[in-house]
Amino acid sequence: MLDLSQPSHLIAFVVMLGGLFFDVVGCLGLVRLPDVYNRLQAGTKCVTLGTFLILLGVLIRFGFDSLGWKAVVCMFFVAMTSPTAAHAIARASHRAGFGLWSGSVGDRYAEDDEGRRAPVSPGEVERQRGPQGREVHP
Amino acid sequence: MTATAGPLVAHRLGRFVSLFVFGALLWLAVTWSFDAASLAVGALLCAGVAWGLRRVELDEAPLLLAPLRLAFALAYLPVLLAYVVRANVDVAWRVLHPRLPIRPGIVRARTTLRSPSGRVLLANSITLTPGTLSVDLVGDVLYVHRICVPEQDPDGATERELRKFEFFIRRIFE
Repeated sequence: MLDLSQPSHLIAFVVMLGGLFFDVVGCLGLVRLPDVYNRLQAGTKCVTLGTFLILLGVLIRFGFDSLGWKAVVCMFFVAMTSPTAAHAIARASHRAGFGLWSGSVGDRYAEDDEGRRAPVSPGEVERQRGPQGREVHP
Repeated sequence: MTATAGPLVAHRLGRFVSLFVFGALLWLAVTWSFDAASLAVGALLCAGVAWGLRRVELDEAPLLLAPLRLAFALAYLPVLLAYVVRANVDVAWRVLHPRLPIRPGIVRARTTLRSPSGRVLLANSITLTPGTLSVDLVGDVLYVHRICVPEQDPDGATERELRKFEFFIRRIFE
């Protein structure tokens, strides 16, 4: 698959190696970090970039052929879905009552009763309602 | 059929066709094959997806029809990528450090963006960049988990970081 005497293959190899490094660090972070929120940080950032780099390596190795295009599409979807999923998990965890690690330095989300007492700017509530006072984003 | 139903049907049909075409292009990009079986499966899937999304409305103008917005979207990619790489090196350093130098907490920051799509892109960008993870968005108030909360004025410092992203996102969506 990889012939390291060819420059493009060598670049692909280095990029994939970098991706592998970040994926490993992401897994290590899952084990080492103390609570669900910190673990999500490692899980989203490192694993997103790691997977992104491995797919980029595939693209460099194969160019824009059937495999390369699959890699491009996967890069786009990984970059879009991974932060969205992390946000959903973080929000759901907080609402399910998982507190922050004891060494944390503050939790504004808990202070504001999980957003129910959020200091939303004036005008924001009216703006969220469409014509005839209909809820646009319930 | 009433007088008002005509435009709605046309609108839905137009959306169905555009979603179908978009899905078909994506399918061709992924399968890279033009044999009859593959095209038939792709057509079925695209029709299913287009039908499933028939009620999903976007309230912003299509990005591709505005060259300036598209230009800012393209300019945003390398900026975001630079932040992503920096974020990763930072998190990797913290994870690999023997003493685990973290100071986590959830801070509150206000966004100046108005459009829902812009806010979604901002929240996702935050999640991918330096030690921050979006937890919730209530109106214009964004709750962000930070792996290392600044000692002084954590909320204000986070807001100043948001402004850098908002510069681009505002020009893409607003």
